[in-house]
Amino acid sequence: MDSAPAIKTENLGRIYKIRGPKKKGDQKELIALKDVTLEVPRGQLFGLLGPNGAGKTTLIKILCTLLLPTSGTAFVDGLNVATQSQDVRRQISMVSGGETSGFGLLTVEENLWMFARFYGLDNAVAKRRIAEMLEILGISDRARAKISDLSTGLRQKMNFVRGFLTDPNVVFLDEPTLGLDVTAARDVRTFVKQWMQDHPDRTLLLTTHYMAEADELCDRLAIIDKGQVLKDDTPTNLKHGLQQNAIFNLKVQPIGKKPQDNGRIEDVPGVQTVAVRDHAEFSEINLTLQDENVLPAVLTHLGGRGSSLIALEKHEPTLEDVFINLVGRRLDQDTHGQENGASE
Amino acid sequence: MALVKPLGDLPFVRANPALRAFVIGAWLGWQIESNWARPLLFAIYAVARPLASALLLVIMYSVITNGATQEPLFAFIFIGNALYIVVSSVVSGISWAVIDDREHYRVMKQLHTAPMSYYSYLIGRGVARVGIGLTSFVITMLVGVVFFQLPIALNTINWGLLILASIVGIIAMQGIGVILGAITMQLASNLWFLGEGTIAALYLFAGAIFPLDVLPEALQPFGMFYPVTYWIELSRRALLGANAPTFHAMGAIPSETLLLILTGMALFMAIASYIVYRLSLHRAKEMGRLDMETSF
Ligand SMILES: Nc1ncnc2c1ncn2[C@@H]1O[C@H](COP(=O)(O)OP(=O)(O)OP(=O)(O)O)[C@@H](O)[C@H]1O
Ligand SMILES: [Mg+2]
Repeated sequence: MDSAPAIKTENLGRIYKIRGPKKKGDQKELIALKDVTLEVPRGQLFGLLGPNGAGKTTLIKILCTLLLPTSGTAFVDGLNVATQSQDVRRQISMVSGGETSGFGLLTVEENLWMFARFYGLDNAVAKRRIAEMLEILGISDRARAKISDLSTGLRQKMNFVRGFLTDPNVVFLDEPTLGLDVTAARDVRTFVKQWMQDHPDRTLLLTTHYMAEADELCDRLAIIDKGQVLKDDTPTNLKHGLQQNAIFNLKVQPIGKKPQDNGRIEDVPGVQTVAVRDHAEFSEINLTLQDENVLPAVLTHLGGRGSSLIALEKHEPTLEDVFINLVGRRLDQDTHGQENGASE
Repeated sequence: MALVKPLGDLPFVRANPALRAFVIGAWLGWQIESNWARPLLFAIYAVARPLASALLLVIMYSVITNGATQEPLFAFIFIGNALYIVVSSVVSGISWAVIDDREHYRVMKQLHTAPMSYYSYLIGRGVARVGIGLTSFVITMLVGVVFFQLPIALNTINWGLLILASIVGIIAMQGIGVILGAITMQLASNLWFLGEGTIAALYLFAGAIFPLDVLPEALQPFGMFYPVTYWIELSRRALLGANAPTFHAMGAIPSETLLLILTGMALFMAIASYIVYRLSLHRAKEMGRLDMETSF
């Protein structure tokens, strides 16, 4: 098993059947994952980056044996998640962010102790590790507090501790910093980096909404949208791909609705992608151009639509630009899985 | 239950995903059931409620029979009802555990990614409910003996039969509980009453408050195939000893035969519960229902 990659999926697909609003039998299908083929070698911190509804959680659930795929196969540590779920579980742990759950009547210590026990940890070892990890994350003073008395951020930290307590081979973190304040989020990121450094043979897969987090933490990233992996590479390489282009951020007076047919910014020759975010006072436009020489034409176009320039900034490609170029939208604009109209 | 913690640390328990899940499940169950932060709530739930239902039964009986609590029928009803408290505690407790884990504590993901057997964990949770049920049972019986002169004394109880029948009976109850729990895994929380409802409906078929022969012939098989019927009959006999009523058809069947039937049924329930659980778990993973939150 040692030579097997930590995570491997082959044409993994997942379709949810959703009940129609009306009568029974009125079922729709929602494609949450489509032909996902990924390989994560041991020792890597791998990131899944994608908008809401992209299928990140669905993928993690399948890898953690909580959900069966509807097509394709997935392996964790060389073990098939569908047929060897018990063996897979021995190797993994999973924490999802914003997860404020737990047996409210237990104390932090008791709750963690209980999970250590589910993994077969020795009492003394469990107690030592719990104390150590609570210390590192700065919540030792709450060890004896009932979970129901903790703030959501603290509960989340506790669940985070649970994820590493059992010395897992492969860790899955689904948006680990979601809802945490800046300091707590930084603590979590620091912990993750340190843990990966201290355990070079372990693998960690995390999903995130935050570009900066992905950029800072991940050795490698997959960009996922509408259930499909669009690209999978190191953050540096991903950004490198845009090096030839010129990327601008423009602030302009509100440009109003998108014209229906021609007359869109995208139709200006040499414009590759456009992402607009409207604010009350102005619109923010993220542009990827073939090269700088295209810019005057864009400004003329905007002028023609009655919108004048407020600010203009050229910048090095960021993951955000990579994302917009691949997906055609900003990360903070939601998508939903593709719907298949056909009923069963 | 303080014993459970060190028990869980025994090497062979730690090494076995089913055993450790069972032990921790029982420990957790006891924390949940007994802790409730306030002993008063516990007292109401485990003492006042069952007592109230027993007293209600006594009043109804007295009205109908003009207070003939010395009749063997009174002991039959009182004990049958008290025994059924254990049944509903265990069986409905397990299907409650499924809904609680999923919707209230929202720990389904955590439990089902841990290398342990949720099946054994549920049985552990059921064992904690046996503890609660037995507490209520004993208190109800004390009231019966002290205030209504039930013909029971510690030295006339057939302890061997009582313990043997109860071990086998509890295995059967756990099996029924897990089957209902497994079905609950497929259901939204607004169907939470399934477990409790089923067990309440079966109350009438268990020979608890009236003998099976009183039922219309077409309904009698429900009782005959319900393992709890045999446990109640056997336990009542063990408790009453020589005073055990014989006015009903089942009264004529020797205890050995009843015990044999109960054992067979318990075995069947144990196997069936495992199969139903596995099928239901698979289905839940297929449908994405395992950690669904349908919330109240
Ligand atoms: N149990 C379910 N039943 C039906 N549809 C579901 C179910 N779970 C997820 N979906 C749908 O599948 C798609 C992918 O969801 P998923 O939760 O995997 O996305 P995500 O990338 O994790 O999004 P987010 O960033 O919001 O967490 C979405 O369209 C979602 O509505
Ligand atoms: Mg998600």
